[in-house]
Amino acid sequence: MIKIEKLHKSYPIGKGSLHVLKGLDLHIKEGEFVSIMGSSGSGKSTLLNIVGLLDGHDTGKYYLNGQLIENLDEKKAAILRNKFLGFVFQSFNLINYKSALENVALPLYYQGVGRKERNKIALQYLDKVGLKDRAEHLPSELSGGEKQRVAIARALVTNPKVVLADEPTGALDSTTTHSVMELLKEINREGMTVFVITHEEDVAEETDRIVRLKDGVIISDEKVNKKVTI
Amino acid sequence: MIKFLFDTDTWQEIYSSIRKNKTRTAITIIGVMWGIFLLVVLLGAAKGVENNFNKLFGSFATNSVFVWAQQTSKPFKGFQEGKALTLKMSDLESIKKEIPGLEFVVPRLQDQALAVNDFKSGNFGIFGDYPELDEVQKMDMVYGRFINQNDIIEKKKVCVIEEEIYKQLFDKDVQPIGTYIKINNINYKVVGMYKKGQIGGGGPQGNIHIPFTTFQQVYNRGDDVGWMMITGKPGFDITQIEADVKLLLKNLHKVHPEDERAFGSFNLGKEIAKVTGFITGMQFLTWFVGIATLIAGVFAIGNILLITVKERTKEIGIRRALGAKPWEIKRQIILESVFLTSIAGALGIISGGLVLMIIDATLGKGDEAVLSNPTVDIPVILIAALTLVVLGTLIGLIPAHTAVSIRPIEALREE
Repeated sequence: MIKIEKLHKSYPIGKGSLHVLKGLDLHIKEGEFVSIMGSSGSGKSTLLNIVGLLDGHDTGKYYLNGQLIENLDEKKAAILRNKFLGFVFQSFNLINYKSALENVALPLYYQGVGRKERNKIALQYLDKVGLKDRAEHLPSELSGGEKQRVAIARALVTNPKVVLADEPTGALDSTTTHSVMELLKEINREGMTVFVITHEEDVAEETDRIVRLKDGVIISDEKVNKKVTI
Repeated sequence: MIKFLFDTDTWQEIYSSIRKNKTRTAITIIGVMWGIFLLVVLLGAAKGVENNFNKLFGSFATNSVFVWAQQTSKPFKGFQEGKALTLKMSDLESIKKEIPGLEFVVPRLQDQALAVNDFKSGNFGIFGDYPELDEVQKMDMVYGRFINQNDIIEKKKVCVIEEEIYKQLFDKDVQPIGTYIKINNINYKVVGMYKKGQIGGGGPQGNIHIPFTTFQQVYNRGDDVGWMMITGKPGFDITQIEADVKLLLKNLHKVHPEDERAFGSFNLGKEIAKVTGFITGMQFLTWFVGIATLIAGVFAIGNILLITVKERTKEIGIRRALGAKPWEIKRQIILESVFLTSIAGALGIISGGLVLMIIDATLGKGDEAVLSNPTVDIPVILIAALTLVVLGTLIGLIPAHTAVSIRPIEALREE
């Protein structure tokens, strides 16, 4: 699903440049539940931005759903993001003057889905995250956990190939963290590829595979919680 | 694109964006509104002045000059200065023969007369006229006809009166045509009545016109001509004609060629050109001021949208992460700009129209009106509205470009 070969990325800082990603190789198959662990400055956010087509890479190859990503202009990137990727952010990033339902329906709007149809689909996904009765509430009327659930519903609404979660629990307390992770697990069990970025050990341990990143290189890549029994 | 324009979401987003900055949006709208308001009111006022002017001079052929005789101011060929001059019918023949490019040369005789009808009477200006007067100074006939060739030949005792005279000499609802009025103790049959013209000289209370030949006989004027109205054919310079006529007259009457006071004249063409030039200048100034104000207002709209875009950087980043194409972000902002300018334009046009109505109701009524029927043509409004939409689109491009120039990743990082 996601295949990265010898990925390099550096940012210009003043006259010099900061080499953030130093030749990453990573292969994530369909249906995997992967977490990228690392402290701040390890390059995990940069990796997510590249995987999420929000940023370009310098050298190396990136295949998304078998498609080589190169020379993307903003329009193509937007179409691919909309089609293949669902985003969940640390600060939820809901649009504050739109109701939960409208927020969830927004990606469908950019797909050109009609209003009735997309509200119907959005309501289904809100139901899935257990917030059907909150559909008409504004983000300011929701708790942190609820906001993140809405964000997850929004990430899922286009039925993407990969859900990218950037510190999805960073702004939540431990109880809500657990319930959000349970939700992500459930989504994964239904076959969705989930890609989580975190610096919290206990969050990473809830995933199936932990990739540890330090100073722009992968220092370990291990499978945990082998799904042996159902 | 059409779908986009009629989508509820499109307008909902414009609404919510405007709602966030109510005061600023309102002030900005007033800026543009003021521009188009000025344009409409000033153009309307200019039109009102023009209409009023046309009402005053409209009945006259614009390329005409009036010529009359005065006294000499220089001795010449043995004559002392101060010799009284009178125009003769023979002068007219010479003018017609010698000077090219003349359309009409109409002689007129003029005096004051006491007119009586039963117990009503009044002092009016009386004119001896040819039918051609109607060609030079259009008579707006209410009843009957103007003097015709037959009246001239037979020296008929007929008269054409101004509406004003009818009001003074006749009872209400009496048909004047065919009745007789007494002018200086001679009975004349009324054959026509015309609507009051704004200028034309003569008596302060109205004018009576009788056949030129009748006037000559009754008032014993022989071969004299009071004054004449000369019109030039299209393409001939009326100022040149005026000079030629006066020079010819000086020659005929043995007046010093450089005697400026011997013959008086009033060049209507020149006077009208002056006023027309003034009106054109006023309209030009109006357009200039109006468009400049509009541009200033539109820039203000661009400015507020730029602020809005800055404030919405993060939101735009989110939308782009969710799959909004740059063009989808851009068109939203451009539409917002066009929407604001259009609303402002509509308000400006409406308020301008209202002010014109008030001006018309207060300053535009009665004979002494400064402005008459101040209006702005629909095409002008359409041009102004179109200009607004075009400017709105152009100015909207700036914030729209800003909105998509920030990379979504940077926009998302913004707090």
